[in-house]
Amino acid sequence: MARDHVANIRQSIIRMTHRSRSSHVGSCLSACDILYVLYFKILNIDPQDHKKPDRDKFILSKAHASAALYATLAERGFFPGEYLDRFYVDDGLLPGHLDMDAVPGVEVSAGSLGHGLSLGVGMALANRQTGNTGRIFVLLGDGECNEGSVWEAIMLASTLRLRNLTAIVDMNKLQGFGRTNAVIDQSNMADRWRSFGWEVQAVDGHNIDDLDRALRGSPKRPRVIIADTIKGKGVCFMEDRLEWHYKSPDDEQCRQALDELERKH
Amino acid sequence: MFVNCLIEQARKDDRVFLITPDMGFSVLEKFRDEFPDRFLNVGIAEQNAVGVAAGLALSGKVVYVYSIIPFITMRCFEQVRMDVAYMRTNVRLVGVGAGFSYGPAGASHHAIEDIAIMRALPNMTVCCPGDPVETRELVRRSFYHEGPMYFRLAKNGEPRIHGEETRIEIGQAVWLREGTDVAVVATSNMLESGKVLTDKWVGQRKSVSFVSMPTIKPLDHGAIDILIQNGTPIVTLEEHNIIGGLGSAVAEVIAESGKGIRFTRVAIPDEFCHVVGSQSFLRKKFKLDDIQYHEVAN
Repeated sequence: MARDHVANIRQSIIRMTHRSRSSHVGSCLSACDILYVLYFKILNIDPQDHKKPDRDKFILSKAHASAALYATLAERGFFPGEYLDRFYVDDGLLPGHLDMDAVPGVEVSAGSLGHGLSLGVGMALANRQTGNTGRIFVLLGDGECNEGSVWEAIMLASTLRLRNLTAIVDMNKLQGFGRTNAVIDQSNMADRWRSFGWEVQAVDGHNIDDLDRALRGSPKRPRVIIADTIKGKGVCFMEDRLEWHYKSPDDEQCRQALDELERKH
Repeated sequence: MFVNCLIEQARKDDRVFLITPDMGFSVLEKFRDEFPDRFLNVGIAEQNAVGVAAGLALSGKVVYVYSIIPFITMRCFEQVRMDVAYMRTNVRLVGVGAGFSYGPAGASHHAIEDIAIMRALPNMTVCCPGDPVETRELVRRSFYHEGPMYFRLAKNGEPRIHGEETRIEIGQAVWLREGTDVAVVATSNMLESGKVLTDKWVGQRKSVSFVSMPTIKPLDHGAIDILIQNGTPIVTLEEHNIIGGLGSAVAEVIAESGKGIRFTRVAIPDEFCHVVGSQSFLRKKFKLDDIQYHEVAN
């Protein structure tokens, strides 16, 4: 079942970026397994009652991977799959970066990097204060961790001991214009978070069981999962290639990608 | 006045939350001590302050973020745009130090562009109270207002211009005098100067309108329209850059009315201040309180 859902999500992303000629397909594919585990195994959510007060909230801070979130929400039943046809097109419904007004299930509007973790800190603090059991999960890119505001939020979260807050870093090791560690050396990413007072766990970001295990449990402090991922994961000619931060699959590439994902079912 | 209103409301309204990026010494202690669970010093980190405020607001709180104007508007402008304005969160940015309030501290602390940039944001309400009554009234309205707000405060200790019993709504101009020779429209910390100026002219037997504009957005078009219809010359008075503030907002109304009236913007010229001096010194330097009747009236 897991394979079916994840493959469906990946195939939706390929179709969406192909149809709309939009960017960031690689950034979406690296995050699919994480999103699948969150939405199908971890989050306390109800697509029929998407505003229920004690729900867990997920924030996609690397919102350029919006297609991955939309595809996941559709797969999970938050809205009909046909909505995905209206991604990034004229008279569309789903913008390239997130608008919380667009569809049910999008908790926050986003699109500029370095905003999501601060929002998550505020939500986690509000929930703790009001005795709301809902937990907050925030997905960041590794390139996004260049943003100073991320570290402002990291420092405050550990100061406040927000144990209901989990960050996940989609460590795909490529960012807008280069290898992440060549642009800004973050090879000790786990140590950085740990030294700022977070519980840290490094996992294979494409291993469903490992992700599932890491995202369970009840941490005593804010927790980060450093998810080792591959940009473009699942489509051989996109994997670990910077150009797929920008390119969209043409007709032939789209067919190839869908075939490959179908075979991997 | 601001913090007293906040405390008064917080006693009966547990949505009220106060965040500061490490500002507010000798101002916020009373709130902090009475509501330790609803006060948060996030450290010297304005971007995070606004983001956290938006997260709290998305969870049902009404969140006030307090700092000096340049830091609460410009340092974190994109958080204000995305997390406050775009998402229409109930965050109230409360900036102190309007215009040259921090005069000798230097240009880093002067607030001369804030009205322009905040009023350009969709969904943002821009309040510039000029005396304790305006502050009290607009802060009280803010508890039940839906959507983001910016408060441009001066510094503690402005004299009271309005009667204690005055009630002021968001978006409402307040008429302090009605006359036909000239109208002074003042905002924020220039309210007192406007009062002094118009009192002087009245003493000289001029017929003067004096209008306070404590909300710049939404602007009270009706008040300006009355002056235009009467053909009354208008002078706007603000301690803000001449570009984008009260004068610009009023000019837009006049220009679109299709009527020509005499119009003067009194504001800070479009330049950074490299002169050192107190607020009153800088006002003189930039001729903010040197307005000659014959230059502006019919």
